Amino acid sequence: MDLTLYVWRQSGPDKPGRLEEYKANGISPDMSFLEMLDVVNQDLIRAGEEPIAFDHDCREGICGTCSQVINGIPHGPVEKTTVCQLHMRHFKSGDTIYIEPWRARAFPVMKDLIVDRSALDRIMQAGGYVSVHTGGVPDANAVLIPKDDADASMDAAECIGCGACVAACPNGSAMLFTAAKVAHLAKLPQGRVEAARRVCVMTEAMMQEGFGSCSNHYECQAVCPKGIKVQFIAKLNREFMKSRM
Amino acid sequence: MYLLRSQVGRKIVMAVSGFSMLAFVVVHLLGNTSMYGGPGSMNAYASALHRFPLLIWLFRLILMVMFYLHVFYGIALKLENRDAKPEPYVVEKYKQSTFAGRNMIWTGLLIGAFVVYHLLHFTFQVTNPQISAGSHPDAMGRPDVFMMVMLSFRKLAISAVYISAMIVLGLHLSHSIQSGFQTVGLNNDRSFPIAIKGGMVVAILITLGFAAFPIVIFTGILR
Amino acid sequence: MILDGKCPTGPLSEKWEKHRHEMKLVSPANKRRYKIIVVGTGLAGSSAAATLGELGYKVEAFCHLDSARRAHSIAAQGGINAAKNYPNDGDSIFRLFHDTIKGGDFRSREANVYRLATVSSNIIDQCVAQGVPFARDYSGYLDNRSFGGAQVSRTFYARGQTGQQLLLGAYSALSRQVKAGSVTLHTRTEMLDLVVVNGEAKGITVRDMVTGKISCHAADAVCLCTGGYINVFYLSTNSMGSNVTATFRAYKRGAFFANPCYTQIHPTCIPITGEHQSKLTLMSESLRNDGRVWVPKIRGDRRAPGEIPEEERDYYLERKYPSFGNLAPRDISSRAAKEVCDAGYGVGSGGCGVYLDFAEAIKRVGEDKIRERYGNLFDMYQKITDENAYKQPMRIYPAPHYAMGGLWVDYNLQSNVPGLFVLGEANFSDHGANRLGASALMQGLADGYFIIPYTIADYLARTQPGKVNTGDPEFIKSVEETERFIKGLLCVKGKRTVDEFHRQLGSIMWENAGMVRSRESLTKALSLISGLRAEFWENVRVPGGEAELNQELEKARRVADFLEFGELLVQDALHREESCGSHFRVEYETPEGEAMRDDENFCYVAAWGFRGDKGPELHKEPLVFENVQLAVRSYK
Repeated sequence: MDLTLYVWRQSGPDKPGRLEEYKANGISPDMSFLEMLDVVNQDLIRAGEEPIAFDHDCREGICGTCSQVINGIPHGPVEKTTVCQLHMRHFKSGDTIYIEPWRARAFPVMKDLIVDRSALDRIMQAGGYVSVHTGGVPDANAVLIPKDDADASMDAAECIGCGACVAACPNGSAMLFTAAKVAHLAKLPQGRVEAARRVCVMTEAMMQEGFGSCSNHYECQAVCPKGIKVQFIAKLNREFMKSRM
Repeated sequence: MYLLRSQVGRKIVMAVSGFSMLAFVVVHLLGNTSMYGGPGSMNAYASALHRFPLLIWLFRLILMVMFYLHVFYGIALKLENRDAKPEPYVVEKYKQSTFAGRNMIWTGLLIGAFVVYHLLHFTFQVTNPQISAGSHPDAMGRPDVFMMVMLSFRKLAISAVYISAMIVLGLHLSHSIQSGFQTVGLNNDRSFPIAIKGGMVVAILITLGFAAFPIVIFTGILR
Repeated sequence: MILDGKCPTGPLSEKWEKHRHEMKLVSPANKRRYKIIVVGTGLAGSSAAATLGELGYKVEAFCHLDSARRAHSIAAQGGINAAKNYPNDGDSIFRLFHDTIKGGDFRSREANVYRLATVSSNIIDQCVAQGVPFARDYSGYLDNRSFGGAQVSRTFYARGQTGQQLLLGAYSALSRQVKAGSVTLHTRTEMLDLVVVNGEAKGITVRDMVTGKISCHAADAVCLCTGGYINVFYLSTNSMGSNVTATFRAYKRGAFFANPCYTQIHPTCIPITGEHQSKLTLMSESLRNDGRVWVPKIRGDRRAPGEIPEEERDYYLERKYPSFGNLAPRDISSRAAKEVCDAGYGVGSGGCGVYLDFAEAIKRVGEDKIRERYGNLFDMYQKITDENAYKQPMRIYPAPHYAMGGLWVDYNLQSNVPGLFVLGEANFSDHGANRLGASALMQGLADGYFIIPYTIADYLARTQPGKVNTGDPEFIKSVEETERFIKGLLCVKGKRTVDEFHRQLGSIMWENAGMVRSRESLTKALSLISGLRAEFWENVRVPGGEAELNQELEKARRVADFLEFGELLVQDALHREESCGSHFRVEYETPEGEAMRDDENFCYVAAWGFRGDKGPELHKEPLVFENVQLAVRSYK
């Protein structure tokens, strides 16, 4: 199949950027979206041009590195799918595809489609953990956890930290990301101990990093490749209110 | 105060103030239904309300505080949120969010403007002094609120303003009721779909309920 | 040179305990005077950096991705082993130890493996305390599943994302230390050289991948936790960024590289679809708990799988290995798949695939149960292949997955270069010639949480803190050499892209030094690799400049090392004239076609030392087995 791409090109953080047109010809429907970009890049290199810079690593949808907005939707048109797992069979020959970087104040563009997501790490550093020392912990079965709680915790813990929620949010908010971690730990007895402090410091860090607040548009849930539910945001709000009481 | 400094806290203030005003709107709507009982019932209801001026002013004060908080933090959060997303996408597409949700600030501001007009019109009665209830008592000497409403809504322009304002209010509520539930943390897997659908139903009912008055009066169904 | 693994003496079960008491300690007040560099933030790196930071050392951690949480440990699916014996099915430390030694085809060090089995239980406790949401049953107790090469259920799991959850646990511990200020994290920073001063590892040279700046960091000890080198095959289940540079540069600075020919080919991966393929995706081995592997009995049978009647299917694993069946170890399953496909029974386009069928399991426990166990894997399979594995069997084929070989380390995880410690997949120590499923996570976390904190103290207590700084001539030399190397890559300005070279290297390796090797194929590989390397340095095209974010330059730097390392791997495979575990030489097979070890001549670790143009020098560490009987591995 043959495609026309418009790709955001920007040589550095403070440089101006623009969409540039590229042709991707002879694309197989079995290729992943990133493999299609590989083909484009190989041609660019052979033609003596700069290849398109984009973040990617595991290419199996779990590391959360890949980050592209495809035709206005983070990670593209297929539900619960990262860019690396998006296959070209979901496009038709002759399609025009717009590829842009994640956009949010807290995610400055570094080059082309690569953005700086270290703000998410700093939210985690603020309190996204159980303050446990290595060693000296009780036996794993000493504290029983109801299966439903363990499952709900796992639902939240599946977040891959890609930042699509922020990219999709009209407010550039990281609430779904933050809520996933708050809920994951708050659902477990091990995480309960620090739950009140955690929700405050993590939401505080989120604000300090320049993320917006949540207006309950649920755009984040719609693009989340892991299907993290916005009910976790309600859970965060609940935890926040509990912490104030 | 930490609650007002934090984003989540301010959202909660938005939700609580919003819900308070929603409660007022519902009571207001129920009270207004006494219009259907004719001049006697409407005017009796209106004068009954004014029998306890202290209470009514306390009530108004609370409502004013809620209104102020809602408007102030609504604008502040909007500015912050706009700042958090400085650059738009070239291709803009939404999968989940609604027109109403994305335009809360505008529907909110329009409602604010309407509230001012509505107060000047029916409460302070300065926009149309010739029909003000205060200066036209009914047969029992009470302010003739019924007649004031009837005369107002027989005018196309006033009816149109009220009906449009109620549609805007409906849009605002269609997002905000479920949003409020989410913000105060009442949503879980079971309640979430109920909040979304229920919020929509309440918004439609309130819109229809209020818009019905100018409609039935203007069309002459209510005489 | 005969190498000494420095294993403690005494009974096997008491070695680690005894050793812990004999090792020196660093007092709390002194710890903060010592600086430790940790390269890599996967399971081993994150857990090591977090634990060392928590103990009070000054830690500098480095990772080449934008966040520590993205290291490829995150992709591990199936689970983590531990000798908890919760199901009461006969597991014990000794059994886990024995299974691992046997699974590794008796090519690993007894004392190390026993220690690994011993601390395995602590890992589960630690992870649960961190908030890792392991699967539980309705009683609230932890659930277990079984994995290849074991007859007990000792594998703990978190859906199909165990690696992710364990890594996020370690990453959260690391984040806590970053916040506390004890760990400084350098993201998007790649190690390009090891700095050795007076024979001891005292720092590293790195490239800032955003600005391109080359700089160096000095420390009192260096821990490499940089993962494996299986991307030498180009197509593998590893992430695109996994590379050999850190360990290979350490090798060039004097550290020995052990058993590079032990490369694991995982039996259950999604088959290749075409030339464009950039990586292969693993389907967790846990699927073999419920999936049955088969091919049609008729060669080249093109019927849809559902149309092939039961009696015309060959469940070849169950037929050949009745006691382990579909849960035969990875090397054996992979070779069996290759065998049937080479014989023309393969399915799918190109005939490179076998079926992994869940029909019977779905009939037995219901589709919902299967969805609960493997839902995310079935989804992933559907995304990639557009086929519904609930309705038709999966097609799978072996793919390069894990490197058992790595830098040589002693019992303390210290390489022959003092001050250089190597953890996780980057070292060679625990898996012998073949790794069992769910053991890599165990090893990474054991090394990071429970071993290095003790053993590194023993080294540090014997050295002065802050002995060298980056002003030392060795650091200056390292920076200059690294800059020259990078300039060299940029100024070739040839015609072929880096990916073309990598792909070609991969196909040379896969064809000649993959699942099945022979003297002839390996000799051929040697000449092909050196030819390709020469061409690389004459004809590679690396666009862009050095002082910028330049992904092609990053790749070129890694491929340049792979082109040298591939040769080392092949040389090791050529020298090892036996078949063992994943290393299968056609010249050495039993009449039934199984691997034939030569314990008399090859029961040793082959550790290669760098000697420049003279070629690598072989050092041997004899493997002594006092507690297990060297036997022909049988899973029949």
